[in-house]
Amino acid sequence: MTDAVAAAGPLRRLAGTLHRRPRLRLSLLLSAPLLWLVLAYLGSLAALFLSAFWTTDSFTSEVVKVWSTDNFEALLTESLYRQVALRSVGVALAVTALCAVIAFPIAFYTARVARPRWRPLLVVAILTPLWASYLVKVYAWRLILSEGGPLDWALRPFGLSGPGYGLTATVLVLTYLWLPYMILPIHAGLEQLPDGLLDASADLGAGTGRTFRSVVLPLVLPSVAAGSVFTFSLSLGDYITVQIVGGKTQLIGNLVYSNVTLNLPLAAAVGTVPVVVIVLYLLAVRRTGALRSL
Amino acid sequence: MRLNRSLKAAAAIGALLLVTACGSTDSDDSSSSSSGLNPPDLKAQSKLGKTEGEVNLIAWAGYVEDGSNDPKVDWVSDFEKQTGCQVNTKTAATSDEMVSLMKTGDYDAVSASGDASLRLIASGDAAPVNTKLVPNYADVFKGLKNQDWNSVDGVPYGIPHGRGANLLMYNTEQVKPAPDSWSAVFDKASAHKGKVTAYDSPIYLADAALYLMATQPDLGIKNPYALDQKQFDAAVELLKQQNANIGEYWSDYLKEISAFKSGDSVVGTTWQVIANLAQDEGAKVEAVLPKEGATGWSDTWMIAAKAKHPDCAYKWFDWIISPEVNAQVAEYFGEAPSNAKSCDETADKNHCATFHATDEAYWKNVHYWTTPIEQCIDGRTDVKCVPYAKWVQAWNEIKG
Repeated sequence: MTDAVAAAGPLRRLAGTLHRRPRLRLSLLLSAPLLWLVLAYLGSLAALFLSAFWTTDSFTSEVVKVWSTDNFEALLTESLYRQVALRSVGVALAVTALCAVIAFPIAFYTARVARPRWRPLLVVAILTPLWASYLVKVYAWRLILSEGGPLDWALRPFGLSGPGYGLTATVLVLTYLWLPYMILPIHAGLEQLPDGLLDASADLGAGTGRTFRSVVLPLVLPSVAAGSVFTFSLSLGDYITVQIVGGKTQLIGNLVYSNVTLNLPLAAAVGTVPVVVIVLYLLAVRRTGALRSL
Repeated sequence: MRLNRSLKAAAAIGALLLVTACGSTDSDDSSSSSSGLNPPDLKAQSKLGKTEGEVNLIAWAGYVEDGSNDPKVDWVSDFEKQTGCQVNTKTAATSDEMVSLMKTGDYDAVSASGDASLRLIASGDAAPVNTKLVPNYADVFKGLKNQDWNSVDGVPYGIPHGRGANLLMYNTEQVKPAPDSWSAVFDKASAHKGKVTAYDSPIYLADAALYLMATQPDLGIKNPYALDQKQFDAAVELLKQQNANIGEYWSDYLKEISAFKSGDSVVGTTWQVIANLAQDEGAKVEAVLPKEGATGWSDTWMIAAKAKHPDCAYKWFDWIISPEVNAQVAEYFGEAPSNAKSCDETADKNHCATFHATDEAYWKNVHYWTTPIEQCIDGRTDVKCVPYAKWVQAWNEIKG
């Protein structure tokens, strides 16, 4: 009995100290995640950036730690990297746009049209694809898109055929993969939309289109922007989908992957491209004012 | 503040993606020169100790079969029973992948082709081997011992495994008449536009050079791995034309099998084992050695300089070239065995004849993979040849 009291003593004192000093409490709480952020995220980014300035032995592909800007020069001067970077950004933008167009009606239904008690179930249904392994889903798409596969079969009555492996297939599969990441933020945004605003819009004589343009869209745009950050960045970094269904297409990730075994510094230099693109993208998103209300 | 947080989150996502893409470490011990071969002074093991209980191998698909792909194809289980060494295999798709895997230091041995072996020796990742500890080495064909790709100045760096040629595979229903020339994937590739495939590695440039060697004698190519700038540019140009007809490139052999099965690929380069597996799965394919000859490989089991299980690795070397096992792996993979006695052990008694195991003249037409360097390996001294680093760069450009 006395033991328990003795043990509780220091604990209680500690609790008391923490209660009296909110700053200490906060710093203890934040130190672990901050350490993670600084060391694991920013640290690895810094290491990546630094190693991009090294070179390799051309025969053994050992990394030689000699300072040189050759890799970045190659990145800026050779048309290959420009082409591939533009293609990757194009794919990421196309996937984002497609996701937004497809996600909006789905989210509108799940958040506003469906009966309230069905809504959680519908959200779960949207999430189910995320339970399956990424690779399984992409290989399933490889079968769907293959010559004489299900897609060809379904399109044949219309005199059409599937796109085959290539850039179109890549955009299609990436759109499928990242769609839930776009639906969920839009769903959340639409859910928070006050009914009163829609009623007010109708009372003032606005039709459906006008209400959508002037009331719904401006209020939900931040959610679309949040979703687009996911779809854009995930598409930009992907290299496995494009390997499986992309045919001979190369994106930034593939260039990194093909160089990482033989020329790590060049791979690191190529790897900085998506970082720069994402930062630019976020700045662009900020200009729309969407990030302020996130 | 809000923006800051979002920026950080985005940076974090970016970092995550990049880290997954670049998750490789490199050792700092670069003690090699880029010119001639100048390996660090490493000693071969002098005697065998007690086996360590496991061994980590890097191998080509089909080299280390434990029955999980085909219950009838299994030469690992008996090895494990006899030696007590548990075998862990990592299948690599290209020589470049093997070189980078060996640098991780997690593996004891590798079945390296000629374009990986010299790089491993030069970087000090592979150690010399003591052939006295591998009793079956005595029966290995003379033509495979102490060659340029598996020894340095008479010091052996590995145990020969077998050799073979890269073949031309085609869909027997869609590609008619049956091709007998690499032109099926080069000059006449447009007949199957979008359904041609090629091996996804810079070393594939040598296949183009080999074709040019036969079709454009003016270029004066003597060895597809010794290309001066003009010859190199011609090969790159040929591959850029080919790219327009390519459906997809392959390095993962499973991907090639699936593409030939579904009909997404109908003609392209392959290995015998892939053709066999595709046929087993019902694909209508054949593989031929085209009339121009072919690029090929001569593989060597090499031991890592910092192997954690060297004694198990030595046991494995002796096992894989023992007559019976060497015969099995050679027949399964579709290559010539390295052990002369395995020719009596093959299920198909003509195997050694079919694959020219003893026919040294035949192998003069097969150009083993080797790493191109600045000094032309065909003996020319008046020009500089294009080194492998440039091949890698060109390969990325070809793919666009």
